[in-house]
Amino acid sequence: MSAPSHIAAPLTAPPLVVVVGAGPAGARAALSAARCGARVALVDSGERIGGQYHRQPAVAGKAVAGGPDASAAHPLELAVATQPRIAHLPRTTVWALEPLPEPGPAPGRHLVHVQQGPADDRGRPVRTLAADALVLCTGAFDRALPFPGWELPGVVTAGAAQALARGQRTAVGGRVVVSGTGPFLLPVALALPEVGARVLGVYEAGNPARWLRSPAAALRDGGPGRVAELGSYAAGLARHRVPYRTRHAVVAAHGRDRVEAVTVARLDAGWHPVAGSEQRIGPVDAVCVGYGFTPQLELPLAAGCAVRGGHVAVDARQATTVPGVYAAGELTGVAGAPAAAAEGELAGLAAVADLADLADLADLAERPWAAEAAAHLAPPSPARLAAAASRVRSGRRFARALARAHPVPGGWRGWLREDTLVCRCEEVSYGELRDAVAARGADGMRALKLTCRAGLGACQGRVCGRNTAELAAALLGAPVADPHAMDRRPLAHPVRLGDLAEPPPID
Amino acid sequence: MRVLREDGEDRQVRDDGGGGADVVIVGSGVVGAACAEALTRRGACVLVLDRGPLAAGTTACGEGDLLVSNKAPGPGLTLAQASLSRWPRLLAALREELGPGRAECEYEVKGGLAVATGEPEGAALCDFAAAQRAAGVDARELAPGEAAAYEPHLTPGVRAAVHYPQDAQLQPVLATTSLLAAVRARGGRIRTGVDVAGVETGRDGRAVGVRTSEGRIPCGAVVNACGPWAGEFAAAAGAPLPVLPRRGTVLVTAPLPHGTVRHKVYDAGYADTARSADPGLQVSAVVEATQAGTVLIGSSRQRCGFDGTLRAGVLRALARGAAQLFPVLGGVPVMRAYGGFRPYTPDHLPVVGEDPRRPGLWHATGHEGAGIGLAAATGELLAELWAGEPPHLDPEPFRVQRFAAARFGRENGWH
Amino acid sequence: MALTVYVDGERHRALPGQTVAALLLATGRRSWRTTRLGGRPRGIFCGIGVCYDCLVVVNGLPDVRACRRELCDGDRVETQRGARLPTEELPPEPRVPRTDGDGTDQGARPGEPVRDADGVA
Repeated sequence: MSAPSHIAAPLTAPPLVVVVGAGPAGARAALSAARCGARVALVDSGERIGGQYHRQPAVAGKAVAGGPDASAAHPLELAVATQPRIAHLPRTTVWALEPLPEPGPAPGRHLVHVQQGPADDRGRPVRTLAADALVLCTGAFDRALPFPGWELPGVVTAGAAQALARGQRTAVGGRVVVSGTGPFLLPVALALPEVGARVLGVYEAGNPARWLRSPAAALRDGGPGRVAELGSYAAGLARHRVPYRTRHAVVAAHGRDRVEAVTVARLDAGWHPVAGSEQRIGPVDAVCVGYGFTPQLELPLAAGCAVRGGHVAVDARQATTVPGVYAAGELTGVAGAPAAAAEGELAGLAAVADLADLADLADLAERPWAAEAAAHLAPPSPARLAAAASRVRSGRRFARALARAHPVPGGWRGWLREDTLVCRCEEVSYGELRDAVAARGADGMRALKLTCRAGLGACQGRVCGRNTAELAAALLGAPVADPHAMDRRPLAHPVRLGDLAEPPPID
Repeated sequence: MRVLREDGEDRQVRDDGGGGADVVIVGSGVVGAACAEALTRRGACVLVLDRGPLAAGTTACGEGDLLVSNKAPGPGLTLAQASLSRWPRLLAALREELGPGRAECEYEVKGGLAVATGEPEGAALCDFAAAQRAAGVDARELAPGEAAAYEPHLTPGVRAAVHYPQDAQLQPVLATTSLLAAVRARGGRIRTGVDVAGVETGRDGRAVGVRTSEGRIPCGAVVNACGPWAGEFAAAAGAPLPVLPRRGTVLVTAPLPHGTVRHKVYDAGYADTARSADPGLQVSAVVEATQAGTVLIGSSRQRCGFDGTLRAGVLRALARGAAQLFPVLGGVPVMRAYGGFRPYTPDHLPVVGEDPRRPGLWHATGHEGAGIGLAAATGELLAELWAGEPPHLDPEPFRVQRFAAARFGRENGWH
Repeated sequence: MALTVYVDGERHRALPGQTVAALLLATGRRSWRTTRLGGRPRGIFCGIGVCYDCLVVVNGLPDVRACRRELCDGDRVETQRGARLPTEELPPEPRVPRTDGDGTDQGARPGEPVRDADGVA
């Protein structure tokens, strides 16, 4: 369709769909919404389109396996760049979401408070976007389980090793051990040799279910693309002679001021180390750990979206429990880039379809933009929505299968010693956490963090929140009452006080 | 456990096999905990109930101020002075009883510093301090330029400053868990996740138990220590109270070097906004460090029910005020913002004592933003009245009966 | 075009788009911050801006995530020891005079200290 010229001008005329996160889900959401006539602001903290999945090299040079090279932009990036209704805001962080009070111009309308500029600099201009619909695609980050020595420099998440290798062509170390669970460890182990690191071993704590080894099951749940992908990883590990062992994990890291060696143990089905199986491996100068992913829940929670089973609850068309707010990608479950892209596509379509419905139904006196919106939107047909929804369903099956195949049973709690840090920021030990529960009686996450300080530091519980909630539940013998208390971060991102004091222009 | 009041009335109702208590305290915040501590010290068998987790409401949102500096002479100041002197004695006793570790709550007599950057505000501040001095507050006017020696990073634009050496701070949740640890050690019980739906009364109208999500619990007395939710609880108990939530928002910076902000430093307008009855948004700059190194920035007041929505405009106003007082903070990251609800009463005084409309129902609420500071004296006063001891301060200004004369009283069956 | 940046006063070449963390790793550092309680060393951990463990001082401003911050020509990067306040002025000029930002390669690869004629690194 050809859009009237004035709507193509970014951020000047309604309706505006704000998409947060420019990974595969966010980029696809922006494209599908824009192609249906909406204006889109695509906000991302990174410089380039692609997010963690399609990490674009920031540094010029030869491509790293599995990653594109700097000169050849990812097709998504090109598509976004050439779509006139998308305003891509790179290096932009959303620091708060503010729902507009009802009766507002539209349900789900939010003010999106952003700040743009070099990461964490002072004086980054603040700006407020008035979103008519919101698509949240903020993704997830590696979950790291604590173990003695995990705070030593050189112990990093698998995502860190991946980001450094693909985006920066830098190896996190020279002799590296990879430990964790799930197929996403494999591309990390393959990217490392490409930047000159030697991978001494990949230790998969789980015992990947039959479907990972059985092509038939993988084909059913994942489709042919994933079978080929898994096959290529296996071939790559063999080519680089990287040992791959299941039911093993790094249970301790050793060193004075940096990691020098690790202890690997065989685990039983509950992830309790098997006595006598411990084996010291060294010298190593880096350990990459990843035990699944933790979704970035602060924005969905700030919008009031319900969370179920640790992920944002969405319906069959990616709508959250808050009208006008959609979620796609790893916020809703982890199934890889194609699944995230399919969800993004659907979320963008659904956002426009709902805006168009709203315009049709609106009392035009109350919502003066509605008529104009209706004139500009070309909402997707029901058939198109249905087709997009059906592509999402296979991804969700895969996400469920993946989650089933890679649980994180509680035996890891036995890896901890009295002095093992559970909160890295505030340097809170397991012993201190246990005292807060046992001696002080803290039975909820708020009292717990205010009693022992776990989760009160710079990362605001992003790294320790889940682990702390599980440890507390084990100590209490019952689930904590408010497990997501640490995920509630009304200030979604730190802002320098002087910048917070600045009144923003509103787009 | 058998407690005899001096008037000879036996308050014990619990039989040894039952789940009842002499006193059921509803609310596990600092005020409920202080009441439970003072009652168990007198031998009462108490049961503390909270519908949420422990100390997760207003107490978990407080900055932990033990202030006399922002109180005008009157009963509020008298209670604050009593509580300020009581806290260190109470904590010393808890250390003795529990051991040092479990009674540790970051108590620190850091002092307050009220500053004014304009001439008229400066004059008003000094007048206010003079009146406080007459009421026994240690309020020391600083010479021009002297404030910098107290706070090296303070704006040079300060025209007048008053130092309040008595102002102190503690960590509210640690203090609450210490008090409750003593309660447990004395045989008191604490149960969370139990919702108290109402108060059961006998034929004479006297409270004889509470109705909870886990059934009926018999008791001799009920203490409403529900903080900002105390109005709801009182209404459910058939004795309405004019306690309303008053929202506050706090910014927390990244940890800063020790000594960056040394006192509780606030703009002279703070005492006025705290005393205001205006339901609209009011902001005045209040800046203080914690022992962890973070700096807490307040203070906002707004009556908007229990609406917890973040408002960027409030954060902006808080940030602006703090950056004006301490320019160096302009470059410091704010890493967290949180909001809470203060229990507000129309005359800004707490409600402490038995409710004559519903004998056996006691209130300990309405401390607005001063609950941490006032908890020690509040708990003591309530326990003294309950046990029939002579109270350590005049309880009259805090009695619920005071609302009878106002419109609220007329609408709620006082006449 | 290569950038000239300073790490604790030492001059280095960096690439456009290179993050502070990547440069620091390339210089052989594994840690560039100490914790404020235990004084323990920390470096990169999550690598994607979530954990705030890789904090560093850039041009006098502390609490900058090394993994997220891309280098600019002339940036002064310092180790962050415990909690720090921002400094109003930039740290003192490095002892080594800056070369022209013309991309002239002096034989150092990105990450390696640039050596000047007088041998001061």
